[in-house]
Amino acid sequence: MTDSFTIRVDGRVIEARQGQTIMEATEQAGIYIPRLCDHPDLRAHGSCRICTVLANGRSVAACTQPVERDMEVKNRHPRVEAWRRQLIAMLFVEGNHFCPCCEKSGNCELQALGYLHGMTATQHPHLFPRRAVDGSHPDILLEHNRCVLCGRCVRASRDVDGKQVFQFAGRGLNRHITVNTEAQLDHPGLDLKDKAVSVCPVGAILKKHKHYGVPVGERKFDHDPIGSDVESHDQDKVT
Amino acid sequence: MPHTKKPRVATVSLAGCFGCHMSLLDLDERFLQLSDIVEFGRSPINDLRRFNERCRVGLIEGGCCNEENVQTLVEFRESCDLLIAVGECAIMGGIPAMRNTLPLADCLEEAYLDGRSVYNPSGRIPDDPELPLLLDRVYCAHDVVKIDYHLPGCPPQADTIWQALVAVLSDNPVNLPYELVKYD
Ligand code: SF4
Ligand code: SF4
Ligand code: SF4
Repeated sequence: MTDSFTIRVDGRVIEARQGQTIMEATEQAGIYIPRLCDHPDLRAHGSCRICTVLANGRSVAACTQPVERDMEVKNRHPRVEAWRRQLIAMLFVEGNHFCPCCEKSGNCELQALGYLHGMTATQHPHLFPRRAVDGSHPDILLEHNRCVLCGRCVRASRDVDGKQVFQFAGRGLNRHITVNTEAQLDHPGLDLKDKAVSVCPVGAILKKHKHYGVPVGERKFDHDPIGSDVESHDQDKVT
Repeated sequence: MPHTKKPRVATVSLAGCFGCHMSLLDLDERFLQLSDIVEFGRSPINDLRRFNERCRVGLIEGGCCNEENVQTLVEFRESCDLLIAVGECAIMGGIPAMRNTLPLADCLEEAYLDGRSVYNPSGRIPDDPELPLLLDRVYCAHDVVKIDYHLPGCPPQADTIWQALVAVLSDNPVNLPYELVKYD
């Protein structure tokens, strides 16, 4: 096939196809690149920058950067991991993340990225912004304190649910998620079964009445680091 | 027999709930092992309230919500070779820091004047000079002094505290495995 070639990721040679992103090629080869705004069922956004890698010496977002023949990608590289650690820490201090009393704890992707990178504390001062909680919907809670502005809900609502319930508003530190047309979440269009409700990586969009559904020790990231599913898929292929 | 002095370990609960100290007790029989190899310095465990000797390690539970917490923490820094922040309260303020998104006056008014279950005929917010002065917000331990290690969790598991103590007492760096880095 003319449009397929190889690239190297941390020294390992993998197959890639013209038109794929670095994320797609590595995922297929069972190599996990940490990410937050990217989601397999949504169009890539390239905004959180957690998936930053070095590609031919340049720092790029793996979820949007197309592969090139013989590309040299550095993923588990000390410099790259140090950047990621900083980004994760900044996401923590920018919002109000009180994990001990968050229903998402143990199943949260931001937290899991902290665990993966061995983060025990942030060196940045916490901003403790004042943000609202929108509990107006009977079944869904929008907790702005924990929103990391990944935009997954925006894309899911627009591209999958065809509803455009969520959108971004404001700039810089004031940027936030807002609910379209209505000032509050009790939007006629939002349904519990919507994709937008299930894609939030953190505890910002939660289904009500679930509480702490899974006991400590059995939650998604209690024992298995984030990305193990991607990497085990590789082992299945090898054996 | 030559007498080698045991290293001293001090502990304190600042703006915390004592849950992290409970986790220390949760070492169960390892706690006896611990008392074989260390001597407790200033700590609620032996009810010693002053530093009478320099300590090798200080375990800090809780952040600083008042003046007295700050003084105590500074004293710990001056009296211990290594300080370990134990638990989310010490690391980032934890539950007490939930008040940091609100002005202090609002918190006091809600607690002593306006709250639905408040019974306070004096209509005053407590202001006795004996009470430590509240800070404008809750500060984590490393906002105030240098902290050498952070043990995450609310509280950290007994295993986390054990591994950290064993490491620092044998002059090794603390490297926690995945299972022990948890924020809840
Ligand atoms: S959303 Fe995640 S990181 Fe934030 S408080 Fe909840 S569990 Fe912690
Ligand atoms: S609410 Fe959740 S999905 Fe939407 S932007 Fe915030 S963190 Fe992302
Ligand atoms: S970290 Fe948790 S257990 Fe420890 S003092 Fe704070 S609230 Fe209590």
